[in-house]
Amino acid sequence: MRDVEQKMKERAAELLRSGEAARVVGWKKGEFYFDPSPATFETEEELGEFVYNGFCGSNLSKYLIAVSKKPGKTAIFLKPCDTYSFNELVKEHRVAREKVYVIGIECQGKLDIDKIRAKGVTGVMEAEEAGDKVEVTSLYGKTSIAREEILLEKCLCCKGKKHMVADETIILHEMPETKNNRFSGVEKLERMTPDERFAFWKAELSKCIRCNACRNVCPACSCVKCVFDNPASGIAAKANDTEFEEQMFHIIRAFHVAGRCTDCGECSRVCPQHIPLHLLNRKFIKDMDTLYGDFQAGETAEGKTPLTEYTEGDAEPGEAVKPEGQHA
Amino acid sequence: MLKIGKEKLNELYAAISAGAPLWLPVKKAGEVNYGLYEAGADVSLETLKTVKSPKDLFFPQSETMMRFKTEGKKIEILDVRSEKEPFVLFGVKACDFRAFDVLDRVFLDEPVDTYYQARREAATIVTLACSRPEESCFCKVFGIDATAPGGDITTWLDENFLYWQANTEKGEKLTERLRGLFAEGGESEVETQRAATKEIIARLPFSGLDLSRFKPENLNELFDLPVWQSLSEACLGCGACTFVCPTCQCFDIRDFKTNDGIIRYRCWDSCMYSDFTQMAAANSRTTQMQRYRQRFMHKLVYYPARYDGVYSCVGCGRCVNKCPQHLNIVKVIRTIGGEKHD
Amino acid sequence: MINENLIPKIGVITDIRKDTPDVKTFRVVGTDGKKLFEHLPGQCAMVSVPGVGECMFSITSSPTNEEFMEFSIKKCGCVTEVIHSLEVGQQITVRGPYGRNFPVEGEFKGKDLLFIAGGIGLAPLRSVINYVRHYRKNYGKVVVVYGARSKDDLVDIEEIRTEWEKEPDFEVYLTIDRPQEGWDGHVGFVPAYVKELGLDPTMTAVLCGPPIMIKFTLAGLLELGFDKSRVYTTLELRMKCGIGKCGRCNVGDKFVCKDGPVFRMDELDELPDEY
Repeated sequence: MRDVEQKMKERAAELLRSGEAARVVGWKKGEFYFDPSPATFETEEELGEFVYNGFCGSNLSKYLIAVSKKPGKTAIFLKPCDTYSFNELVKEHRVAREKVYVIGIECQGKLDIDKIRAKGVTGVMEAEEAGDKVEVTSLYGKTSIAREEILLEKCLCCKGKKHMVADETIILHEMPETKNNRFSGVEKLERMTPDERFAFWKAELSKCIRCNACRNVCPACSCVKCVFDNPASGIAAKANDTEFEEQMFHIIRAFHVAGRCTDCGECSRVCPQHIPLHLLNRKFIKDMDTLYGDFQAGETAEGKTPLTEYTEGDAEPGEAVKPEGQHA
Repeated sequence: MLKIGKEKLNELYAAISAGAPLWLPVKKAGEVNYGLYEAGADVSLETLKTVKSPKDLFFPQSETMMRFKTEGKKIEILDVRSEKEPFVLFGVKACDFRAFDVLDRVFLDEPVDTYYQARREAATIVTLACSRPEESCFCKVFGIDATAPGGDITTWLDENFLYWQANTEKGEKLTERLRGLFAEGGESEVETQRAATKEIIARLPFSGLDLSRFKPENLNELFDLPVWQSLSEACLGCGACTFVCPTCQCFDIRDFKTNDGIIRYRCWDSCMYSDFTQMAAANSRTTQMQRYRQRFMHKLVYYPARYDGVYSCVGCGRCVNKCPQHLNIVKVIRTIGGEKHD
Repeated sequence: MINENLIPKIGVITDIRKDTPDVKTFRVVGTDGKKLFEHLPGQCAMVSVPGVGECMFSITSSPTNEEFMEFSIKKCGCVTEVIHSLEVGQQITVRGPYGRNFPVEGEFKGKDLLFIAGGIGLAPLRSVINYVRHYRKNYGKVVVVYGARSKDDLVDIEEIRTEWEKEPDFEVYLTIDRPQEGWDGHVGFVPAYVKELGLDPTMTAVLCGPPIMIKFTLAGLLELGFDKSRVYTTLELRMKCGIGKCGRCNVGDKFVCKDGPVFRMDELDELPDEY
């Protein structure tokens, strides 16, 4: 990864030096190896803090809504999955394509520091990537963990290592495809009885602290003013007064992004209570695939989506998805 | 000092809860938060940082303040509160316990917040000393001793025993009720553990943070620093840091119409939210930079200026762990505070 | 119930006066027909229509009024819009008084006083002006400069014309932004008018109005030789609790609800520019 980071840094410096880009959006190093933050670099000097490693899981595309409105061109580093979100933002006119220079970057799957902690490894000071292992040094000892055990949820269901859009790419190593079934979690929920499923979501959603991290990180949640922030909407609320409220928020949000959600997985990555929010979106994706044929939001920046296009063959309300022998 | 075998902890919880509702760290749907003890609860004392702090017990995320009945032009106000029954809060870490003091200064300052006050008075707080601090901990910076957290009762946990020491009258009273479960002893074990923990705390990466620049007299100088722009640029404007924070105390008051009258409730609010200071025609903080600056200036400068120089941060490190983009108060202190770098 | 600071009292609207196209003044008493609570000039109260919301308003009537309280409210948001639709006899809720008042029994005593208001900015000043009129002997000369967009936007013009202008040693200067039929008074913005009037800089000044007016008027006063430590204003920020706890009306370490709304200009200089 060090060589990829080095190459990215060099490229960013060139773009800034030549004036081709007024700024570069990437990551800068944090207090540890595993806590980089998204950042905008406007000078070569600032690139001293530039970092790219296994913990750069965040999807940078949404920052373009604001950043790309500044004068000049913005260069951005996007992982394959992030390019889907970028296409959606272009399609929805949130980002002007010509204002952005997309550099598709290599991704070997991103790591989840919380999964290291969940293994009982506390006080993590270092997490060095070494091939398919991560060497963890904590306040209480050293341990070696297989990369695949601590991949972010979104990387377990990787959509593929191909960039949907890029003006150039930086790929120095082979990127093996992941073989997991993206819908296995949804299928597990579908096999539950309605009562079991209700109990599952009740337990998960009752953890919600209504911090709005899921919404604010979501590239599909690009409304200038969210309906939940608008007192005039009648549903503005910051409180989880009842469990019903919590379900309202997350389910309404899932509906709002249906057909536009690229399954980037940021909602689940950022949830402080680890609510598997992506399962709501993924259920919609699976249902849309079943009803309208396979569709992946963000594959292109053009064209209609199943939910914005009517055809005579569309499913009628009520005859929607019913997994074998199950209750809808 | 008293002690009880680790294998008897469930008996202890049951005994406490037989006399008063018991709140302690419980694992539900994979996450540990403070929850009400009931038989079969998955209690997790070992979890150092519950996702939410125990501030909920005094300042709930959402609470009904009153109800209104309206009829024609008439209004009736119903105070829906009942007397707060005594309860026990168990397993509070030193940072979270100090946070109660930070909240007290706000809510118990005149004019007193009686909602908060009633809950505070009803609580018997049993703290638990830390023995395995984490990399994100920096309570030492705020003069907190994680190995002797205080409260009505202080407890220490090692591989074999929970050690128990009452500090106040309330603590004595609870101890008296549970006396039969305990044996005497544990002083030397506790001392050994405390020394070992202190040794770890001394070498925590953030234990040397320098707060010396965060003083009321530097208020305007710090406020005007250009670096807030780059510190805040990745901020999503979500409320994760605020809601996991044990000292954040901002709230909103709203009305909600139901079929059975109107509820006026209050709920946590976040200065990170874009509508926090929105008025009908104006807003004093329109950018995320301003909102971000507000949060940290409040914790490190405004609050100390109001309340005897006490910081409104206890170094629990929750924001360090939970910020989706890894922005946090440590980065602010490091960047602005002028830590003596090596 | 002692010290229930967040639970309001019930008030009854006994009179509604339409001052301007978007300002109405509401007269309020308790359900027993008596005044709800005592206050000092410049202090505020939280008024609410249950189910709609609660907002902070300055109490525009003078504390010397022993019968009722008045609130002059401009229609500019969800809550004020509903308040404007209320009728006489309607109950509302009120809690207060909140905040720091004008130092009518302190620094103002024995001083010549200059009151400068723009538009609805007269609301908090009316309370202090009428207080000063009531205890007239305690204060020196009084000058009021009041401006609005048009003659129809001058709040309380009735009281100004019939009472204030008739007071001895009490000068009233009115102005409107643009010429208008039926107006033979001064035309022009308040800051310019203040400079034109060449006011005595030893007076203690109180400014209240839109931020832009405050900014330019203050500059004008300083040019005339006024000292910031004798110029007062009021701030308005979003408030929810009114008692310094909900955390949103701060400017630096000061809460407008508790440490304000009245501030001296030299005090504001010490605070960050975020209001």
